[in-house]
Amino acid sequence: MSKMIGVDVGGTFTDVFVLDETTGTAQVAKVPTTRPDQSGGFLDGIGQQVDDLSTVAAVVHGTTAGTNALLERKGAKIGVITTHGLRDVLEMRRRDRPRTWGLRGDFAPVVPRNLRLEVPERTLADGTIRTPVDLDAVKAAAQQLIDDGCLAVAILFANAYANAENEAKAVEAVRAMWPNDHVSCSSEILPEIREFERFSTTALNAYLQPEVSGYINRLDQALTKGGFGGEFMIVQSNGGVMGTDTACRLPIRTALSGPAAGVIAAGHIATTAGFENVITGDMGGTSFDVALIAKGQSMLSPQTSIDFGMVVRNPMIEITTIGAGGGSIAWVDKGSLLNIGPESAGSTPGPVAYGQGNDRPTVTDANVVLGRIDPDNPIGGKLDRLDVDAAAKAIDIHVGSKLGLTTIEAAEAILRVANSRMAGAIRLVSIERGFDPKRFAFMPFGGGGALHTGAILKEVGIGSAIVPRYPGVTSAMGCVIADMRQDFVQTINSLTATLDTDALREVMQKHIDDGMALLDAAQSRFEARDIVVELDMAYVGQTHTVAVPLPITVDGSSVTTPTITEVEAAFDAAYQTTYGRLLKNGTRRVMNLRTAVIGRRPKFDLTTLAPKGGSVKDAHTGSRKVHFSDTWFDTAIYNRLALPVGAEVKGPAILVQPDTTVLVDPGLTATVDICGNTIITRDED
Amino acid sequence: MSAAIDPITLAVLAGRMEQIADEMDATLFRAAFNPIIAEAHDASHGFYHAASGDTLVHGKSGLPIFVGVMAFAVKAVIDKAAEAGDLADGDIYIFNDAHMGGTHLSDMRLVRPYFRDGELFCYLASVGHWHDVGGAVPGNYNPSATEAFQEAFILPPVKLARGGVIQQDIIDILLRNTRLPQSAMGDLNGQLGALDLGVKRLDELLDEYGAETVSAALNALGDRAETLMRSELSGLPDGRWEAVDYLDNDGITDIALPIKVALEIKGDTMVLDFEGTAPVTAGPVNIAYPTAVATAYVAIKHIFPDLPANAGVMRPIDVRVPDGSLLSAEFPAPVGGYTETILRMIDVIFSAASQAAPDRVVANAYGTINALSIAGKRANGQRWVMFSFYGGGHGGSVESDGLNHGNAPISTATIPPMEILEAAYPVMFRQWALRPDSAGAGAHRGGLGATYEIELLEETAEAFLFGERGRFSPQGVQGGDTGAMNVFHYEQADGWKTPPLASKMLGIKLTKGQAVRLDTPGGGGYGPATNRDAREVAQDVALGYLTPDKATELYGPEWKEVAA
Repeated sequence: MSKMIGVDVGGTFTDVFVLDETTGTAQVAKVPTTRPDQSGGFLDGIGQQVDDLSTVAAVVHGTTAGTNALLERKGAKIGVITTHGLRDVLEMRRRDRPRTWGLRGDFAPVVPRNLRLEVPERTLADGTIRTPVDLDAVKAAAQQLIDDGCLAVAILFANAYANAENEAKAVEAVRAMWPNDHVSCSSEILPEIREFERFSTTALNAYLQPEVSGYINRLDQALTKGGFGGEFMIVQSNGGVMGTDTACRLPIRTALSGPAAGVIAAGHIATTAGFENVITGDMGGTSFDVALIAKGQSMLSPQTSIDFGMVVRNPMIEITTIGAGGGSIAWVDKGSLLNIGPESAGSTPGPVAYGQGNDRPTVTDANVVLGRIDPDNPIGGKLDRLDVDAAAKAIDIHVGSKLGLTTIEAAEAILRVANSRMAGAIRLVSIERGFDPKRFAFMPFGGGGALHTGAILKEVGIGSAIVPRYPGVTSAMGCVIADMRQDFVQTINSLTATLDTDALREVMQKHIDDGMALLDAAQSRFEARDIVVELDMAYVGQTHTVAVPLPITVDGSSVTTPTITEVEAAFDAAYQTTYGRLLKNGTRRVMNLRTAVIGRRPKFDLTTLAPKGGSVKDAHTGSRKVHFSDTWFDTAIYNRLALPVGAEVKGPAILVQPDTTVLVDPGLTATVDICGNTIITRDED
Repeated sequence: MSAAIDPITLAVLAGRMEQIADEMDATLFRAAFNPIIAEAHDASHGFYHAASGDTLVHGKSGLPIFVGVMAFAVKAVIDKAAEAGDLADGDIYIFNDAHMGGTHLSDMRLVRPYFRDGELFCYLASVGHWHDVGGAVPGNYNPSATEAFQEAFILPPVKLARGGVIQQDIIDILLRNTRLPQSAMGDLNGQLGALDLGVKRLDELLDEYGAETVSAALNALGDRAETLMRSELSGLPDGRWEAVDYLDNDGITDIALPIKVALEIKGDTMVLDFEGTAPVTAGPVNIAYPTAVATAYVAIKHIFPDLPANAGVMRPIDVRVPDGSLLSAEFPAPVGGYTETILRMIDVIFSAASQAAPDRVVANAYGTINALSIAGKRANGQRWVMFSFYGGGHGGSVESDGLNHGNAPISTATIPPMEILEAAYPVMFRQWALRPDSAGAGAHRGGLGATYEIELLEETAEAFLFGERGRFSPQGVQGGDTGAMNVFHYEQADGWKTPPLASKMLGIKLTKGQAVRLDTPGGGGYGPATNRDAREVAQDVALGYLTPDKATELYGPEWKEVAA
């Protein structure tokens, strides 16, 4: 029982990362993702590296099953039972619209109106019960939903964050009669003020429950049948892992499971390599995903919209996406401005050079025409070769001729605009949070990011980049590294002056007890257990809150009551940092309490991934003409994985590995560090 | 200022400038105290031409109407500074005068000249809707105002900062003239912070690219916007199309007020002529000329959504507003209800344009902001004002039915959550729901309006409503039907009442347990109802969007045959 396995199922490939803790070795496998049931690829991938599942201590899975079910609207038929007068909250949203300009488009919520039933009940904002819940009406509603074939139900009551009594009674009654476990209620999923966000998160949880829990159970059974006796865990959107029981109960927490694992791995790799501040850039076919890690910690955002009107409010690793991927289409508008995306050729039909039917030029086509991608050995292994001439022709027709540029100039222009958009995304995620991007290192991962490293260093003014040894399996590696983490929230809504600190302590204690119980139930060993408490606070009259870290002391298992002075001082410090000024005579309010309970899992030694032996000379496999700015350079090609630790390669150079091409621009130098990462630095400084 | 710039650098700089404005928006939204800015994003930031004040770049998340209107605000400051001859680096002007800067007196405008190497380079501005700026009615939607003086205190462009030093006197005057000084101070701090950030970012950009290149880019953006607009207009047939719609009344006298437009396209130019529109009114449904031009811009941008937020778009478009009409009101005619008038302007532009470009134009949206405030004192004597705008249905389009419960075309505002309102004010929503049978029938029907019923939990309070579409429905296009009208009810000891002026009333006295109810309009339909698939009608009935009788009335009985 010494092996840890991370499995990341993406749109095209399923990646497996196997770590043997006794021998200190790691192996990776990449197999095609199977559809619609992803469990086939999952088990294939594991099977390629592990013969005997009884030797495996843990399998940790980053999954897109939940994300896909939401995006493709393939969740279950579900019903809603809600407060009289409020059946349409899910459909009315926050009165927004899909696009600012044009006024087009409509919206259908995941629960149609005829399956949203109202019952008499009402709690007021201060927690007073104005109308006790009518349980007969609740039961009748539940029966109607069962008769209509609903597989899950969400119970959504007004102000249930302030007093959950009505909801709790209703849930108890429904659970007693509902034919399966899929009964969600808003005060259990998210006891936080704001009805649309709470209802939406709860309804989407119910919507995913049958699908995701079915998927997890199928995997669980297959693993068990194969002799697996260890622990099976799922990565959450917050970058922590959870047990499968929790995942089946709270599937909404997997909404961004896959990308979150990648960011976790990036953080660990970068910190180990000596870069504790890093910005990651994952370039795929249609998008470029950016995340920021400061002092080794990834940023969390409190909520996200999976699609228009589909809001999920749970802490999630903050990943900013822009539509600039390899397949993004370059086009010239009627005002003669060159644009990239948002339209994308994706991976099918893909860039023009793939020869699969698209004839409009993409970012990848520009890279092909400039010699940055080897046309004879396309990565991914699906195609035999790339059609350079077709790519050039498309660039000519759609960009070059319209702007009066040669093919090569037009290709360079496409990259310049694409790079500028990527640089813009990096600047935005860092500056918006008050960080100077120049103090960060850049870490590209995914298939295409490492082609653009030089341009991004230059555009953003970043000093160095770190390319992980296996950028294509970063997410799978993240599964093995991620800590176990549970997040809790409770709306408090009290002025600091009248804050009931004993009641606050009780809620904190309950959060901690529940979180610790989940850690205790896990089979993993933890190096440490951490508790992080934050208060969402604001001045009265202000609607946006500031996240205020609250220092706490835990004595044994019992948390100490914070004082009002401590709470106010913590707020002033956080507010000053965020806005640079305090409000004279402002009245302070505590809106929400947030607690995270984290079990730190042991991190494996990344030097196990480092190359053993090798020489720069043997790794040098040839050369190719590559275009940089306005000249063709004779550019050396290296087999990246064969470069030894300490190897130094001056740009221009290309480092090739099966799933990634690393471009080292003129004026940059690449070195291999002790973990096998490639560190790229600018020569002049 | 006229150096040529290569198109690639231009594309890069356009993105950078827009990003700076976006960042300024985000800064204010986070820092603002009042929910109209923080939640509803009733604010905007941008860069403006040093000589003309023309809008160069705007943030994407601010209120659309400001894109056009802020150019006039900046121009007002340019004129004032020219007259006084004392413009200096570090100055910040502040004002809310709507006759100079457009929109209404609630919008506080901050305009800051940006100097580079001792020379004026451009202007930055920040505008935000403050919660209360004095006047007769809390929240400043006073439907019976006959002069601007009754709407709010009026501040002409004055220097809030001189050479980088904030003038505390000005702040003291401001804070003494609002019912909610803390909120006002919080918003002002947020706006100042946004401008500081804009200056810092612009410094960095100019350090990196040089003033000449950035300046060339800013000019090129205007030319490019103009080229795009001309190219769009060339693609439409030449011709002249008219449309007329009405405001219910001006809040004083119950007489309908026509808003009329003739839209003429000739080659790559367009004329929007509002001849035939009602004269200036005693009540506050007037707008100042800057607002009219800015509104035409909003309508045009909805019809051509890919155009940039730049004044160049309007160069080929001639907006003609007759003198003395309610679309070109002079000081001190009241303009507090400008939102209602500009929504109607957009409606008639859509109705006219739909005849020229049927695939591009959507049917009318619900067409009223429904500014409802409920105000009173708590048992402890503390004053409270709950103020919000309410949503309604969008129009059907060539591609789909209209959106249920959307925001107004002039805004991207979201509505505060019911629970936030209930936690902050002594009210309870009995209903927060879609309004069945409110959608305009059509091949693609309109979106549904909403029903909000709000009960008072304190002993007494007063309610104020400024709305429209109580007498005239949102129109359909291409043969689509009209949406339902706005209906407002308030509860008294002897039952439910409606206001004599339909959707406008002030000082409605409520006691504990009494409620007000807003039934907001649905959107107009797109295409004839007879072209709607019977299965879609049956589906609307199954979902309760339509009652069975209404379905048969609007679409005929065929749906019953396909209903399960």
